[in-house]
Amino acid sequence: MRNLRANLLELIRRTSAELPDDVFRVVDRGGAEEQAGTAGKYAMDIITKNIDLAKRKSQPLCQDTGSILFFVKAPVGFDQMAFEAAAKAAVAEATAKGYLRQNSVDSVTGKNSGNNLGPGSPSLHFHQHRGTQLEVRLILKGGGCENVGAQYSLPDTRLGANRDLDGVRKAILDAVVQAQGRGCSPGILGVCIGGDRATGYLFSKEQLLRTLQDVNPDPALAALEQEIVASANRLGIGPMGFGGKTTLLGCKIGVLNRLPASFFVSISYMCWAYRRQGFLLADPGKIVKWLY
Amino acid sequence: MIQLIEPYTEEKVRALQMGDIVHVSGMVYTGRDAVHKFLHEGGTPPVDLRNQIIYHCGPVVIKEKRKWVVKAAGPTTSIREEPYQAHLIERFGLRAVIGKGGMGPKTLEACAKFGCVYLHAIGGAAQVLAECVTEVPGVYLEQFGSPEAIWAFRVKEFPAVVTMDAHGNSLHAAVLEQSKEQLKQLI
Repeated sequence: MRNLRANLLELIRRTSAELPDDVFRVVDRGGAEEQAGTAGKYAMDIITKNIDLAKRKSQPLCQDTGSILFFVKAPVGFDQMAFEAAAKAAVAEATAKGYLRQNSVDSVTGKNSGNNLGPGSPSLHFHQHRGTQLEVRLILKGGGCENVGAQYSLPDTRLGANRDLDGVRKAILDAVVQAQGRGCSPGILGVCIGGDRATGYLFSKEQLLRTLQDVNPDPALAALEQEIVASANRLGIGPMGFGGKTTLLGCKIGVLNRLPASFFVSISYMCWAYRRQGFLLADPGKIVKWLY
Repeated sequence: MIQLIEPYTEEKVRALQMGDIVHVSGMVYTGRDAVHKFLHEGGTPPVDLRNQIIYHCGPVVIKEKRKWVVKAAGPTTSIREEPYQAHLIERFGLRAVIGKGGMGPKTLEACAKFGCVYLHAIGGAAQVLAECVTEVPGVYLEQFGSPEAIWAFRVKEFPAVVTMDAHGNSLHAAVLEQSKEQLKQLI
């Protein structure tokens, strides 16, 4: 694949500096909901100004460029090791250019690697398909919102949450209250019902690859997604936790089978600076289209 | 909107009320997890922090033509510094702490006791806030890594909301209580 490193560098730059259209539409609408003269409205106005400025200056929307999560759908026989090498080179270059903050720290020594490379960084997830094109998606997920994610085990006595969709609803709303504004609300949730502790959290992040306007093909989950957003917005946490009408911009729920003994609800909280982009690449190395 | 201009005095800071929008002009010093632990454990600050403002921030700063250029400078989540903040407010006479997400009762008490406020900057507004930085006079404790160093920023009209004032009022405590009550209705 020619130009892969250069294309990945451009993907990183675009993901870091530009909010995707589907997200901007929802953030904009959220801002309009807030009352004039309130701190919540003030926050949304600054957010809107920031989105425009970041795009014009080609600089990070948020200084916490977060975890670098690549999701790749590749044809059979694709060289994943070559992709990984190109991705790492692009990440290091993007860091030197300031598209990414130096965000990778040794958990034992505390030393920052300086280039975003290190065990687990960047994070790469590959799925094979029978087509010929390469689909590369990238999420930059900041630490602030990562810290307010949560994983519940049902039944939960404290919440009165049983192993059903109503129990799931209670867990999700509790997570939103626990988060307050610390995930840089208004936020978006990626949720997985089921899986184990690891697959549950990963699949919850993969829900963040969906567009905000999509509709869950399962009618019960689609209804739950909408209901959660409506209920969360009645909590009054608002932008930055200042109080207000816009606490959640979206909720995307996926399901995995589970063990009989386990019932996990894994919740990944994404901040308003929902940095998610991708491209479709044809051989040799031409971007056919941007995915968001 | 209230202008908070250096020198930052106890009087200026005690005049602020929860909910006020302020524009800060003067020096601020970034400091986050590593710096707070270091200072709390008795480390000697490399700059004089008396009557100064600490900004919970890990910026992106790149050297261009031998000058530091701030590429992104929004706030980090402050609650992680709750174990250390009250002590540092007392030790250095800090006049304000800028961050996001608020802080806890220990910090709120120190604000009232020593004359300090918590200023909530807009989370993720990295570009708007980077533009407020007019000069980077220096960087210290770089061994902690770039995001964890103390960056000296001269800022002009840096916008923030007073969410914890010097009189025991916290918007965060109020919103938490109210949202918990609402949750009871919903579940």
